Amino acid sequence: MNIYNIDDFGGSAVNPPLLAVRDLCKYFPIRSRGLVRRKVGDVKAVDHVSFDLYRNETLGLVGESGCGKSTTVRTILRALDFTGGHAYFDPEGNGRYVDFGELTAHELVPLRRAAQMIFQDPFSSLNPRMTIGGIVAEPLVIHGLARGKALEERVDEILVKVGLKPEYKTRYPHAFSGGQRQRIGIARALVMNPKFVVADEAVSALDVSVQAQVINLLDDLKREMGLSYIFVAHDLGVVRHICDRVAVMYAGRIVELAPTEELFERPLHPYTRLLLGSAPIPDPDRRTLPPNPGEVADAGNLPAGCAFAPRCPYATAVCRKERPELRTMSPLHLASCPFAEQ
Amino acid sequence: MNPNVLEIEDLQVSFFSDEGEARAVNKVRFAVPRGKVLALVGESGCGKSVTSYSVLRLIRKPGKITGGRILFHSADGSSVDLASLRENDPRLFDIRGNRIAMIFQEPMTALSPVHTIGNQLEEVLFTHGKPAKAEAKARVIEMLGRVGIPAPERRYAQYPFELSGGMRQRIVIAMAMLSSPELLIADEPTTALDVTIQAQVLALMQSLQRETGSSVLLITHDLAVVAQVADFVAVMYLGRIVEQGSVREIIKSPRHPYTHGLLESLPGLHGRRERLPSIRGTVPGLFDLPEGCPFHPRCDFAKKGLCDRGEPPPEQVTSDGRRLCCFRAEEMAELLKKRDGAETTA
Repeated sequence: MNIYNIDDFGGSAVNPPLLAVRDLCKYFPIRSRGLVRRKVGDVKAVDHVSFDLYRNETLGLVGESGCGKSTTVRTILRALDFTGGHAYFDPEGNGRYVDFGELTAHELVPLRRAAQMIFQDPFSSLNPRMTIGGIVAEPLVIHGLARGKALEERVDEILVKVGLKPEYKTRYPHAFSGGQRQRIGIARALVMNPKFVVADEAVSALDVSVQAQVINLLDDLKREMGLSYIFVAHDLGVVRHICDRVAVMYAGRIVELAPTEELFERPLHPYTRLLLGSAPIPDPDRRTLPPNPGEVADAGNLPAGCAFAPRCPYATAVCRKERPELRTMSPLHLASCPFAEQ
Repeated sequence: MNPNVLEIEDLQVSFFSDEGEARAVNKVRFAVPRGKVLALVGESGCGKSVTSYSVLRLIRKPGKITGGRILFHSADGSSVDLASLRENDPRLFDIRGNRIAMIFQEPMTALSPVHTIGNQLEEVLFTHGKPAKAEAKARVIEMLGRVGIPAPERRYAQYPFELSGGMRQRIVIAMAMLSSPELLIADEPTTALDVTIQAQVLALMQSLQRETGSSVLLITHDLAVVAQVADFVAVMYLGRIVEQGSVREIIKSPRHPYTHGLLESLPGLHGRRERLPSIRGTVPGLFDLPEGCPFHPRCDFAKKGLCDRGEPPPEQVTSDGRRLCCFRAEEMAELLKKRDGAETTA
């Protein structure tokens, strides 16, 4: 297992990141029909994605379906193998980074304690034949971290923390509402005392009154347990509320990355503007439904230049030919549009 | 001509199981004014979809309409109580898919995968009339163009799997609009769509509605969508309408504590705040409804001895003309104002 330090990937020494993703790529092969099934191309689901995640930070990853936001986080956690790139992770905070991309399955095991995931669907992500106690205890048992009385106590403790009664331990998932199930999913992720948690559309399936409770819970737990989140979501209101910084993805790439308020108040990339402008505002006196032309780009058949150019009102000949790089517009604000200044 | 296209009076729908009778819709009463958009909003399980399915008589066993009337006032002056019709009444076939059409939530499952787009759309015309094949085709292609499908002649011969989700929802809308319905029921028409596509589809529905002057009953959980497209709003909780009024009244100055709580808990409205206001507790099951007002266990304004006993509160009209079901209806304006004031200063 190789150990890296901050100079190996160019991170900030003043504020070293917990996780540094560099040029992450995940391609899925497209095969021809027939017996041979030759590889005829790639779906570039994630294409040279780079960002840092700092300690105690919530980074939002937003975009429309198929933009690669879920594939990005799943690849980082090695639920999928890397096609290319690196994800340097420093769970101990001592400047010794390991690269998720090059670890063997065996080497990954201890790191999985520090990096956990909360899933979207509170109905399909819990085994219906296990009790709540069993579901929450399972990670501890697998990693051999606790047994007997200590195990029971740890499970009780975490259930209380997420707002569930320890008496519920003997019940099965079907006896719980959507919001409660999502709390169980959160308990299962946090029982390992992780440093880094990926929440993949963790509140999307919940009704708004319950959603607010779970958002508050995630925020409280972050402070209490010193967590860092990558928060994958398509609901911009939720993202604005909970995230410190936001990365906008389009067709497998990050097109803009900025502190939350900066991004919402001064979006630089035309796609970010389209996205923000499309979100309905709950105010009957401000009716602003833009009839936007165009469809999300097909990741298996991307145009040569900027993937957004076919939908972009400002696109020029340059945009259709050359693929724009993510540029630093101001110290914390990155955008990948050659005309971002304008 | 009756100013309302649809009037629902004391509608009751129950589902019967071994555990007993679940009253999914309870004494629901509202009207859809002609040419307007009425949004029926609420969280999952509140009965909004069951209400809309009842209008077209799509409730199947173990569900049953157990009471009330569903009056459909057609533009030709005729009125019919849909709740009283037998399931095989010919009047039902004349109305369903023709005078009242429906758009379903899932554009993936609302279309047949083994028929071409053209075929499926023409079926609407052949079911409700006897147009010549060429005429039907021309009307279908024209409608595809109107809902913003590029190259409608080519799409006519394609299958649903060849189209994106947004395109499919346009096809479903085209199908519903083909018969120029007087009332369009749209059940979460944009919930499955991405936000940029949602904006397009909502804008399309709005322009079609204005062009044709049809009325819309919109079923949704999304208050932002309601604010953008509705004229009137009815808020449902546990099978009952708790508050109704104009969109401005409901969104700008909600009176019922539940409506108020729902709007408060929308994230991102106020920029970043330390804590998001939420409604405590969860929605109880239909089998263990609390006594008194069904919302009282979650309500910050519930009064002991008033809100927690007896029958649920009936709809009241306050002195300033607001319609809500709350034992403290008259006081709510003052109470909510006081609370909002306390929050801003805090």
